[in-house]
Amino acid sequence: MARVLINLPARAKRGQVIEIKTLIAHPMETGYRLDGKGAAIRRDIIKRFVCTYNGEEIFQAELFPAIAANPFIAFCTVATESGELVFSWTDDPGQTQTETRHIAVE
Amino acid sequence: MKRLRSVALALIAVFITAAELQPEARRSGYDFASPETRAMQDDDTANPGMLWVGQGETLWAKKAGAADKACADCHGDAQTSMKGVAARYPAFDAALRRPIDLEQRINRCRAERQKAEPLAWESAELLALTAFVAYQSRGMPIAVEDKPELRGARDLGAELFHRREGQLNLSCSQCHNENWGKRLAGNVIPQAHPTGYPLYRLEWQSLGSLQRRLRNCMTGVRAEPYEYGAPETVSLELYLMKRARGMPIETPAVRP
Repeated sequence: MARVLINLPARAKRGQVIEIKTLIAHPMETGYRLDGKGAAIRRDIIKRFVCTYNGEEIFQAELFPAIAANPFIAFCTVATESGELVFSWTDDPGQTQTETRHIAVE
Repeated sequence: MKRLRSVALALIAVFITAAELQPEARRSGYDFASPETRAMQDDDTANPGMLWVGQGETLWAKKAGAADKACADCHGDAQTSMKGVAARYPAFDAALRRPIDLEQRINRCRAERQKAEPLAWESAELLALTAFVAYQSRGMPIAVEDKPELRGARDLGAELFHRREGQLNLSCSQCHNENWGKRLAGNVIPQAHPTGYPLYRLEWQSLGSLQRRLRNCMTGVRAEPYEYGAPETVSLELYLMKRARGMPIETPAVRP
């Protein structure tokens, strides 16, 4: 389980633009480096990040090898109704890390 | 002969003081960083060092070793028990009769109280625990002790700081006391105040300890670096903390 930091307001007014910031611990190994013995280090990057708001996809990103370790992704959305935001990161070995956060909209 | 020696020592002392930084001229590495890097450090939700602090918080409460004890079982809430602790390290260890740094203190605790294997230098676990403990002192002034027992180590640290070494024949002081603020290739030379360790270095793409930083500098002047935890590196840490006394702790800092 990778370490994750997610920041979004716990409550917001309906129609308000909110900023969501996410940070995940990941080596983002490019696949272009060699180890101490000269063998290629296998590529291991996060390929895809998706955020859904009450089941609806509101943001997604494709990531590439030039992106540094521990990728930080920030984006904005409009607070429409109370509910769940689900964040998921999928990496090269195919593992997906999913985190859920709640927001209360008044 | 003895008198000659003391005159020579006094002269060296005068020479060293002449090149010393004045307390009011001291600046943290933060001041030399770009606005983007500073913004990253200032915002806890964008500061990647907080990933390690979070991991450290988990480890603090996790039982380990044959004694099946967690740090929290003895020390309780780190927010109160660890407040200001990192600002006093490296500190004198009465049993070892020498100063040890925060990483070594954590590993001593593991060995003696938890009966657990020591954590490897620069391992994610050791960095996380150190960062979590140091984070409790954020904003507090560095306050290493002035004990007479520490004098030997402090003097050794001062001597190493001013001693030229490596194929490039440079001392720490030549860059960090005499040429700070100028550029070494693309980078601004900072004053070398260890205010934010363990810190996140963008170049490393990871958190790293002060020992790692010191070893990097030694490799940079093409000298043979001291081993992790060697008395020489701890003495240098002690001297640097004394030199930065009163400056606020920034852990986890972010640097280029």
